Amino acid sequence: MDEEYDVIVLGTGLTECILSGLLSVEGKKVLHMDRNDYYGGDSASLNLTQLYRQFRGTAPPQELGRDRDYAVDLIPKFIIASGELTRILVHTDVTRYLEFKQIAGSYVYRDRKISKVPSTEMEAVKSPLMGLFEKRRAKKFFEFLQNWKDGDPATHQGVDLDNDTMASVYEKFGLELGTQDFIGHAMALYLNDDYKQRPARPTYERIVLYTSSMARYGKSPYIYPLYGLGELPQAFARLSAIYGGTYMLDKPIDEIVTDADGKFVGVRSGNETVKAKQVVGDPSYFGAGKPLQDGKVRVIEERKVVRAICILKHPIPETEDADSAQIIIPQNQVGRRNDIYIACVSSTHNVCAKDVYVAIVSTIVETDRPEQEVQPGIDLLGPTYEKFITVSTIYTPTSTGESDHIFITRSYDATSHFETVVEDVQDVWKRIFDGKELVLKKRDVQVEA
Amino acid sequence: MSKQFQFKLVLLGESAVGKSSLVLRFVKDQFDDYRESTIGGPSFVSLVSYLGADSREAAFLTQTVTLEDQTTVKFEIWDTAGQERYKSLAPMYYRNANCAVVVYDITQSTSLEKAKSWIRELQRQADPNIVIALCGNKLDLASRRQVSQEEAKKYADEEGLMWGETSAKSGEGVADIFTSIAKKLPLTAPPSARGGARPGAPGARTGVDLNRQAAAGQGQGDQCNC
Repeated sequence: MDEEYDVIVLGTGLTECILSGLLSVEGKKVLHMDRNDYYGGDSASLNLTQLYRQFRGTAPPQELGRDRDYAVDLIPKFIIASGELTRILVHTDVTRYLEFKQIAGSYVYRDRKISKVPSTEMEAVKSPLMGLFEKRRAKKFFEFLQNWKDGDPATHQGVDLDNDTMASVYEKFGLELGTQDFIGHAMALYLNDDYKQRPARPTYERIVLYTSSMARYGKSPYIYPLYGLGELPQAFARLSAIYGGTYMLDKPIDEIVTDADGKFVGVRSGNETVKAKQVVGDPSYFGAGKPLQDGKVRVIEERKVVRAICILKHPIPETEDADSAQIIIPQNQVGRRNDIYIACVSSTHNVCAKDVYVAIVSTIVETDRPEQEVQPGIDLLGPTYEKFITVSTIYTPTSTGESDHIFITRSYDATSHFETVVEDVQDVWKRIFDGKELVLKKRDVQVEA
Repeated sequence: MSKQFQFKLVLLGESAVGKSSLVLRFVKDQFDDYRESTIGGPSFVSLVSYLGADSREAAFLTQTVTLEDQTTVKFEIWDTAGQERYKSLAPMYYRNANCAVVVYDITQSTSLEKAKSWIRELQRQADPNIVIALCGNKLDLASRRQVSQEEAKKYADEEGLMWGETSAKSGEGVADIFTSIAKKLPLTAPPSARGGARPGAPGARTGVDLNRQAAAGQGQGDQCNC
């Protein structure tokens, strides 16, 4: 460990592994370490033994089947088919290490029932989510979105996406609050209603992303890697290694060493200190809310997320026996300020034994009884064979890292997809490279003489 | 009509035993002396940093073997990309591997011990049907031999492994070991029932193809995943 590196990356979660891969491709000399003896950190997938050890301190029950058949995610997220993570996977050619399957259905909760999320004006017309007159209004709204062309004012119908609020656009089309709920929460994937008071453009873009993702594979806008989400960090770690990145797992990180000005110097593990110009890492390596040795608080608690990992012996009721599904319960429907998400996968995705389903119900914690907050979601699942509750803190860095060369990523948030993970990757990249944007290059044109 | 099969082959073994060289000999019939000279350097040099740009390919190569009955076996070869160095090989590496070549250096007895620990790891983690070949490399340096043929062969027999010695430098034994593996792999399995062919392999893929879809552009429901 007496070498000097350009960048040390701490933690092998997905955010860190994408960054490590992209940094190595860029030609940086990367040392990537993890205190655990496995890849993935918080975004790892666990086998049955690991799962029961972590939550119960016992061995798993025999009847759940073979240990090796399980890969249970701790953070429930799906990949949006036309989203930014897909773009990175394709551009880096990391797809060659992975196989993906569709998520079979996207559902939304309204008036105590769940229904498929309509994604086109045709589907809107058929949807049981709306009454006859509301359907006509919704059809007009979707046609408006579909026909919108920035350069053609005739398609704008008097709307200015950059200045008018989304609330005013809903109002123009006369959409009911319940309809706004599924459009804003199940299609634009907002976690709360703050977006309504902001300009309509981002909401428009999110709806377009949803509908174009839906159009790609047909069943839902989401895809999922076989063998669980834990495959994603491993695949990007391999990319990094192929481009020269050095990997060390099972390495305790004892100190982030800084100089007199507080600038990053290296990382100490036991008696060894490895030097590098910069360090990137997840919040757990930077105090997780507590001051580090130098007295500085580098990450602070933003909020908490509660997740209930449920093992079922049946598909989720009312999903037409779907092998997988996302269900969104918009906040207003259950009197909350934040949505409840359900993500369900099964043996189709090689993450559990046959006839077993793994559903994770999650939401942002609003009270001091988080377990009760996920109950409206758990109620939709039918009888649960097993239920593990976790409450995790979302940390956010206190500084950008430009002055001390310490670049800290964010915890995995409550959103149901990876778009915010990619935003974090792009943000950290920009901070590392003095404001230069991340530009993806195709991997196979990288070969030099 | 001749049969075609595709299998995932993983390489394992201590650093500097010649894993990449073995594959380069097998796939491209090349040997790079420069690579040899950097092996065993004092500090960590990943496979990639001394292989240069070419290694990006070396970490994911394919080679086809044609058997006497005209059956073709395409190996998709995964190199460790240096991740074995600090025991940091990801489970993804073994995932669905049909065969493994575990390499040791006949001039280093410790490398055989390391190979044995990789074999135990494979027996624990990998598919129970995996075909494992133990391969003693650097046969061109037989004058400095520390591992006898008898010792290695005996161990291989006890564990039910294939065994052979090779020289990536001269090429001796290299084709033999891969051909033997090709013969031993269960070729009777129908293509759809075979595990291990990598994503995108003809007949094996059941999921969605991100590359294809990306090329097709947005909004087109491309149904063909084959």
